[in-house]
Amino acid sequence: MELTTLWFVIIAVLWTGYLVLEGFDFGVGILLPILSRERDPEIRDKERRVVINSIGPVWDGNEVWLLTAGGATFAAFPEWYATLFSGFYLPLLLILLALIVRGVCFEYRGKVSDPGWARWCDRGIVFGSWLPSILWGVAFANLVRGVELDQAHNYVGGFWALLNPFALLGGLVTLTVFVTHGAVFLALKTRGTIHERALRVARPMSVVTLVVAGAWALWAQLSYSRNDWTWAAVAVAALALVALVATVWLDHEGWAFAFSAVAIIAAVALIFGSMYPNVMPAHDAANSLTVDNASSTHYTLVIMTWVAVVLTPLVLLYQGWTYWVFRKRLTAEAIPDPIGLTLRAAAFDDAPAGPAASGSTSPR
Amino acid sequence: MSVLDLARWQFAITTVYHFIFVPLTIGLAPLVAIMQTAWVITGKERWLKLTKFFGKLFLINFALGVVTGIVQEFQFGMTWASYSRFVGDVFGAPLAMEALAAFFVESTFLGLWIFGWDKLNKKLHLAMIWLVAIAVNLSAFFILAANSWMQHPVGVRYDAETGRAEMTSIVKVLTNSTLWAAFPHTVTAAFLTAATFVCAIAAWWMVRLVRRGRPGDVELARSTYRPAIRLGCLVMVIAGVGVFLTGDQQGKLMFEQQPMKMASAEALCHTEQPADFSILTIGNLQNNCEDTTRILWIPGFTSFLATGSFTKPVTGITEVQQEYTERYGDTNADGTPVDYRPNLALTYWSFRLMIGWAFFSIILCAYAWWLTRKDKVSDSKWLSRAALWALPAPFLACSFGWIFTETGRQPWVVAPNPSGLDDVRMLTERGVSDIAPGLVLTSMIAFTLVYGGLAVVWFRLMHRYAVEGVPDEVHDESPEAQSDDDADRPLSFAY
Ligand code: HDD
Ligand code: HEM
Ligand code: HEM
Repeated sequence: MELTTLWFVIIAVLWTGYLVLEGFDFGVGILLPILSRERDPEIRDKERRVVINSIGPVWDGNEVWLLTAGGATFAAFPEWYATLFSGFYLPLLLILLALIVRGVCFEYRGKVSDPGWARWCDRGIVFGSWLPSILWGVAFANLVRGVELDQAHNYVGGFWALLNPFALLGGLVTLTVFVTHGAVFLALKTRGTIHERALRVARPMSVVTLVVAGAWALWAQLSYSRNDWTWAAVAVAALALVALVATVWLDHEGWAFAFSAVAIIAAVALIFGSMYPNVMPAHDAANSLTVDNASSTHYTLVIMTWVAVVLTPLVLLYQGWTYWVFRKRLTAEAIPDPIGLTLRAAAFDDAPAGPAASGSTSPR
Repeated sequence: MSVLDLARWQFAITTVYHFIFVPLTIGLAPLVAIMQTAWVITGKERWLKLTKFFGKLFLINFALGVVTGIVQEFQFGMTWASYSRFVGDVFGAPLAMEALAAFFVESTFLGLWIFGWDKLNKKLHLAMIWLVAIAVNLSAFFILAANSWMQHPVGVRYDAETGRAEMTSIVKVLTNSTLWAAFPHTVTAAFLTAATFVCAIAAWWMVRLVRRGRPGDVELARSTYRPAIRLGCLVMVIAGVGVFLTGDQQGKLMFEQQPMKMASAEALCHTEQPADFSILTIGNLQNNCEDTTRILWIPGFTSFLATGSFTKPVTGITEVQQEYTERYGDTNADGTPVDYRPNLALTYWSFRLMIGWAFFSIILCAYAWWLTRKDKVSDSKWLSRAALWALPAPFLACSFGWIFTETGRQPWVVAPNPSGLDDVRMLTERGVSDIAPGLVLTSMIAFTLVYGGLAVVWFRLMHRYAVEGVPDEVHDESPEAQSDDDADRPLSFAY
């Protein structure tokens, strides 16, 4: 295989890692208010914390797949990196803002014990999960469809051109896929009420996903794919989604999770396969960015190949180990009381110890 | 404003902001690891308390380092597309390596450290924080490799056909002399920052407790805060010496590699022999260095910084400008004359402010070390004050160091390497994306607002957790210390 093609595949793999892993994080974030509906605010808060802690130790590691995909694109296909991110400026900006807010809310929610604080953080998590779930689909669908590039490979289509029907349906696909994937993940990671409710969401959602994603995949294949072999990816995706529906309805959440992951993998194969040998097809084919005209030099690709070949398996190994360490299913009962501080510090009486104080109170 | 101005402002705002959190992360991770190691080895409760206390502060800070870093990763493509096309073949490599070799490690093992107290045995859990500490420093290495390459391009050739810089040797890129000066300087500066942070907070607490003097207060100050002060002081001394030595080395390299930056650091108008180092200069530095008067100076010290000798000559701005005009042309793309001088007021003052802020750390260090000698604790109000003054100082020094490094490079985004490679170079104005100014304005406003809000939250949380002090009680949560198997025990830690 040509090194340029290999790098195209590696970048597809990095995106796969990202969408499979952060995909369920997004789903979990969206489901946060939907699955924790108990009246009693205290129980409800525990339920929310079950949901958040299901991804607490791993969400940041999952997000690094995105950073790596970005960095690897820069190193292997600088033209692609430059055109893609300057061209999709506004969607990317929205995604970045969403990721910022969401990350901070995950990390800071438990730092303060205050219902108002928690409510704001929940909003941040929900907003920060909805927006990228839709926008990633819109962005990828536009890549598949092809965009308006000029001769210098600059994107000249403007923002509104990105919101075409095919792309909007793509946004709906990632949204439904992630919600289902997240619901199945939560079913797998929890016991008790959250587990039950997650399955209850996953069942209808898996059917919706099958319909929406199936329709989009056919559309993509029939109208835009430049390769016939991507029919295989469409077929695998379809089978995986059918299997997902079946296993969800049979309450086999373990299998269901595997199938939703396979569906995402097949979808990435379809997206990247349908573009190949372009990395960013243009409406005017002469202006398209291809694996050849966008790539780095052979030397750089050789170096980066060594780096990727040595490090990626290691990453998979230790990230896999993390999931093993935190394999225990969570329940609301296992969630300890909040350890965050109150918003205001308790008064610290700075007065030196008088005779009255001495001995009576124990110091902090 | 043009896209160029907006893109520059946006880049400056977002990187300077990112680098508020970065030095504390880089330095505090190893310090927390040292505290936890002390606990595992000695079994003394005080070290566990300190680990938990500073660990919390570390995490609050880390979160913002991460989310602001995400923006950095994509910004080269968003606003500096022409730059990215030109340098990607070389510059992308360290960036990708950073993500693969460092970011994965730090994020994954930090998750294991935070949530793993009761899941991993003590030694393994300790290894997690050490891995984080190593990875954050490794990430600094790779990103500085990228940055140093912009300051001093090596291992690369210019390909006239593709019109871009192409890598010829990754080894040269990773052994760039600029990198091996900037990396130790940045890391020691980060250690100085974190050590000052630890020492200042612990000193403030010690004074507070001793002043109150209720039963147990003085013991707590002596048993727990005093060791933290001493640890902070020790690291401050080592890192402080390191910062000076490595900074000195950078000065010499800078003189060889970017003479204009050296001259601008001093606002040295004409070549002088020997060149003095001014501490204070008045006059209009903005656009005319002739128009200034030195008020206070150290004779020959600029010569020393640049060359290692107090008597050698240092080239002045006018002379370098002349040389550059001959070498690189005298007009911009639009026909206006090109000015190879950076903003002199900025370079002059940021260089001084970088060095100057370090004195607060020195004072705190000396004073705290003296007051806590021989097992003593102190109730000195002055120590408390020194601590509060010193706390922000190294953060400011780090920011000004970067502002100096980056603005001193202007008008270049990739500065030419004077030793023969000088066809790999790019003016900042050529690097910018071909996009609508409105877009950049929108993102700049959005980032500034969001970052402003986050700064307030970050500050309040750090403050709130710092004034809470070490926890009253800690216990060993490791699996070894649990009798039951973990059937339905609540998690020891959850968000
Ligand atoms: C000298 C050190 C240094 C410098 C100059 C920079 N960073 Fe940084 N960065 C770090 C040191 C660091 C770190 C210590 O590794 C951080 C800080 C807090 C953290 O979480 O990791 C980090 C976080 C961080 C992250 C998030 C990593 C994660 O999710 O774990 C990204 C994507 C970047 N940075 C990218 C950049 C880019 C593209 C920079 C150039 C403009 C940059 N950083 C400057
Ligand atoms: C090590 C990684 C870094 C890289 C690769 C990098 C790269 C860049 C680039 C591409 C620009 C825009 C072009 C320009 O205006 O020259 C820039 C400008 C700037 N950077 Fe950095 N930078 C890094 C780190 C930092 C840090 C940590 C800070 C500050 C804390 C910083 C402060 C600035 C400032 C103030 C500017 C604006 C300079 C100006 O336009 O006058 N940089 N840098
Ligand atoms: C005598 C003391 C110091 C000297 C001589 C010195 C020298 C230098 C020089 C020459 C540079 C610019 C390098 C370049 O652009 O090529 C630099 C950058 C920098 N300095 Fe310092 N410095 C000193 C103290 C400090 C202190 C106390 C801190 C922070 C606590 C600090 C933090 C930085 C940072 C973060 C940078 C930017 C990164 C880099 O280029 O390494 N410096 N310093």
